[in-house]
Amino acid sequence: MAFERVLTRNVGRAAARTVRGYRESGGYEALGRALKLDPGEIVEEVKRSGLRGRGGAGFPCGAKWGFVPRGTDRPKYIVCNADESEPGTFKDRLLMEHDPHQLIEGCVIAGRAVAANTTYIYIRGEYTHAARVLEEAIRDAYDQGVLGASVLGSGFRHDVYVHRGAGAYICGEETGMLESLEGKRGQPRVKPPFPAVVGAFGAPTVINNVETLCCVTHILQRGSEWFKSIGTDERNTGPKLYAISGHVERPGTYEYPIGVTFQELLDGCGGMYRGRALKAFIPGGASAPMLTAAESGIRMDFDNLAKAGSMLGSAAVIVMDETTCVVRAALRLARFFAHESCGQCTPCREGTNWMRLVLERIESGHGSEADLDLLARVVPNVGGISLCALGDAAQGPVKSLIEKFGDEIRDNLRNRRYPLPRVPFFDLGAVA
Amino acid sequence: MSDGGRNSLPAEVAAEIEALRPRYPTEEALLLPALHLMQKAAGGWLSQASIAAVAEHLGLPPSKVAGVVSFYDMFHEHPVGRHRVRLCTNLSCQLRGSDQLMDVLRAELGVGPGEVTGDGRCSWVEFECLGSCDTAPMAMIDDDYHENLTPDRLRAALKGLD
Ligand SMILES: Cc1cc2nc3c(=O)[nH]c(=O)nc-3n(C[C@H](O)[C@H](O)[C@H](O)COP(=O)(O)O)c2cc1C
Ligand code: FES
Repeated sequence: MAFERVLTRNVGRAAARTVRGYRESGGYEALGRALKLDPGEIVEEVKRSGLRGRGGAGFPCGAKWGFVPRGTDRPKYIVCNADESEPGTFKDRLLMEHDPHQLIEGCVIAGRAVAANTTYIYIRGEYTHAARVLEEAIRDAYDQGVLGASVLGSGFRHDVYVHRGAGAYICGEETGMLESLEGKRGQPRVKPPFPAVVGAFGAPTVINNVETLCCVTHILQRGSEWFKSIGTDERNTGPKLYAISGHVERPGTYEYPIGVTFQELLDGCGGMYRGRALKAFIPGGASAPMLTAAESGIRMDFDNLAKAGSMLGSAAVIVMDETTCVVRAALRLARFFAHESCGQCTPCREGTNWMRLVLERIESGHGSEADLDLLARVVPNVGGISLCALGDAAQGPVKSLIEKFGDEIRDNLRNRRYPLPRVPFFDLGAVA
Repeated sequence: MSDGGRNSLPAEVAAEIEALRPRYPTEEALLLPALHLMQKAAGGWLSQASIAAVAEHLGLPPSKVAGVVSFYDMFHEHPVGRHRVRLCTNLSCQLRGSDQLMDVLRAELGVGPGEVTGDGRCSWVEFECLGSCDTAPMAMIDDDYHENLTPDRLRAALKGLD
């Protein structure tokens, strides 16, 4: 498939980390353009592009910006979501480490669009290297007049600060993130009010994912028509990063037009590890229900994955081969969600833990078919009734485990096959 | 950190916190940055005295600061090794052999997760996805990512620590 790499064009080009080097590939032209537009026109252009959020929920970016109240002198904020803690996801790290100015440019354009003078980039605490790269790029941007009291001499003020998290998945949820930014435990807030009206420090706030803001840069550079011409249809537009891991030959971050099929993705990364057969794949990070080999022709976009009962989420694709015990895989994710539930809401706090316990019993060989029935009864009660979507996220892997692999699990339980033999990844025979 | 009762921040930590103050509209927003700085200066963990010192500097109740410390996985309320190994065992790493690396850590260090070696040199924990699944299995040792690990490469990385 022939297409142009847009978001990753500077990957591996070390010079792009300086303002001067970034400008060589057309960098900061989009910002110059944005500064000449009326802020409302920037919002309209982003709306027309069809850009949907790349952080997980797929919310239309321009519409979100449109919710921010206009014509007030109150401070407003952009918060860039660089928490990237959804298991399987590593695309934002690549964008920040290799092309920090692409992101900074998107932040300032967003700031201009909603009249915000400050961006906080909330980056997960473990990303020490990416944080350093960003800090250096920001310093350079101040020196070159891209940031500060008069962005590119326009008179528009914009500051960008890096704020480090400290290890908590829930701080990727936008209101948990705001609490954390304000120096509190990262426990999600009651909504409404939504952050666009009452966000960081009580002020109107736009929260966008790293990749979303990088897309904004290119929309202002090349126009909404160009952006819309890429992808499946007018609801699924633009270039997209897919982070592929697990049992494939060449795991990595791959850029495609949104809506590439899973099979194309798999072929593009060298196929299955050692040519083994595909058992299951997760198309959009730990929260996304699993799909099976029979579904590998699916288009990897928001609407096609939703139609298949899963989701694009963070577009983190985790591939599992025939040697994988799918119960054990789901258990590992259930353990994650039980650990990361912030504990505020009972259905999520208790439910995630019960899913973990029942899966543990099955996987370890102490379970029965009654446990699978119990699990099926617990799952629907974990999501949909709490302050944030962590409970819903936790349902994904377990629900799909029962739906797609229920018969196989029952058969294994009846024949007392658990725990399934583990196929070691490393061959230690020679060493032992 | 504590000199028998009075809780004071090391001067360089206080100075670094002050440098960040113009970035935020509230005092409280300095808390996470302050805790990161304090923990680094205090050998990788936050004692009651360290917590009290940060609380006093920012004018926050110590109980509030302790509540924040306990919420985040990167803040430690108990002593840790001079070197800290966080082995990712989430799904993508599990699919590529992190179990076997746990066995290596147990054997090489002689302690279980969350424990510190007798000489105080090292501690290790299982950790959630570190956003490096394309180079799985991987571990974060102190501030650095060690990627595409094998049992041998992990052993070598451990040997390289002072
Ligand atoms: C439990 C949970 C964790 C999340 N983690 C992240 C994350 O790590 N990164 C991210 O961009 N969005 C994450 N989100 C989604 C954010 O809440 C929010 O929708 C997103 O940052 C909005 O940006 P976008 O519209 O540009 O995608 C998470 C949501 C939930 C419920
Ligand atoms: S699962 Fe180990 S780095 Fe993501």
